[in-house]
Amino acid sequence: METEAAKLIAAGLAVAPLLGAAVGLGVLFSGIVNSMARNPSMSGELRAIAFLYFALVEATGLFGLVVAFLILFAF
Amino acid sequence: MIKLNKNKFGFLNNNLVLPSMIITLISFPFLSYAGGASMHSPIEQFVVKKIFEIQDPFFGYDISFTNASLFMVLASIVPLLILTMGVRYAEMIPGKLQSISEMLFEFVENLLIENTGNAGRPYFSFIFTLFLLILFGNLLGMLPYSYTFTSQIIITFFMAIIIFISVTVIGIFRHGFGFLSLFLPSGTPLVLQPLLFVIELISYCIRPISLSVRLFANMLAGHTLLKVFGGLAVMLIGSGSVFLMPIAILPIGAIIGMTALEVLVAVLQAYVFTVLTCIYLNDALNLHH
Repeated sequence: METEAAKLIAAGLAVAPLLGAAVGLGVLFSGIVNSMARNPSMSGELRAIAFLYFALVEATGLFGLVVAFLILFAF
Repeated sequence: MIKLNKNKFGFLNNNLVLPSMIITLISFPFLSYAGGASMHSPIEQFVVKKIFEIQDPFFGYDISFTNASLFMVLASIVPLLILTMGVRYAEMIPGKLQSISEMLFEFVENLLIENTGNAGRPYFSFIFTLFLLILFGNLLGMLPYSYTFTSQIIITFFMAIIIFISVTVIGIFRHGFGFLSLFLPSGTPLVLQPLLFVIELISYCIRPISLSVRLFANMLAGHTLLKVFGGLAVMLIGSGSVFLMPIAILPIGAIIGMTALEVLVAVLQAYVFTVLTCIYLNDALNLHH
């Protein structure tokens, strides 16, 4: 019973990296919006770059999610 | 919605909302028949089931044909069909299928040439195959009742480790010992060099893991999220209460939105996987850039 509880707590803690991913996405998109406002002619290229980095930043948060899944279901 | 013009994601231009609504509505009978308060585990969808059993006659390994293998076969056949049918009767003014095939081809070609230059041209067929396999694996997984084979870590890790090994071998063949200079950015002070070498080496060796986990985690998280919200809707409808049942429209609406997002992520992750492969290839092909 205690191991079960510890597992749930650990899984909850393991998704904390999602906070970092959220901050990262905020910084990323604020930067993109800023640069689009400054130079609208670049917006097409910037959007493509934004999509690429969106996926990269999002993935770091999801690593934490995978750890949570591992704790919950693999042990 | 913002008009996406002159954009690499031109083929994402069409409205995603309608198809995702259709997908959600098709899968809804499946959700509601589960009924009652008993909620299926959201990760039940990732279970690998045997379709027919095959035993490896030499070593006794279990190499059965599973639902994952079925969808890998489908993900290889569908793009093949699209491309073959598309360019079979090639015309000056392309039809729909021909446009799709040409767009896919040019998209990956531009991607490769932009990232690796002319040195990467011989590897085009591999990159194109990789992109199509992952793209169609992800997109076929978005269909109701289907299976996403990219949500299995062993499959993505196998792809990533093949890329990692072949890129390293290509680099060593092209540059010999000079390939080691990849781990040392030029202009590093002598004091920092050993430390930086170790850090760069670790970050190089971690690449297959980050590459594979990125794709796997995105697919896993997205599909789990969809099923969690689906389970919520089922529980609300199954409760039978007049007050709770109308609330089920909220999770269903959320599923429609998330399905659209998942289609975007499916394409995006295929793109990111391919771009990163190109970038790693570029590291091996053109040192010091």
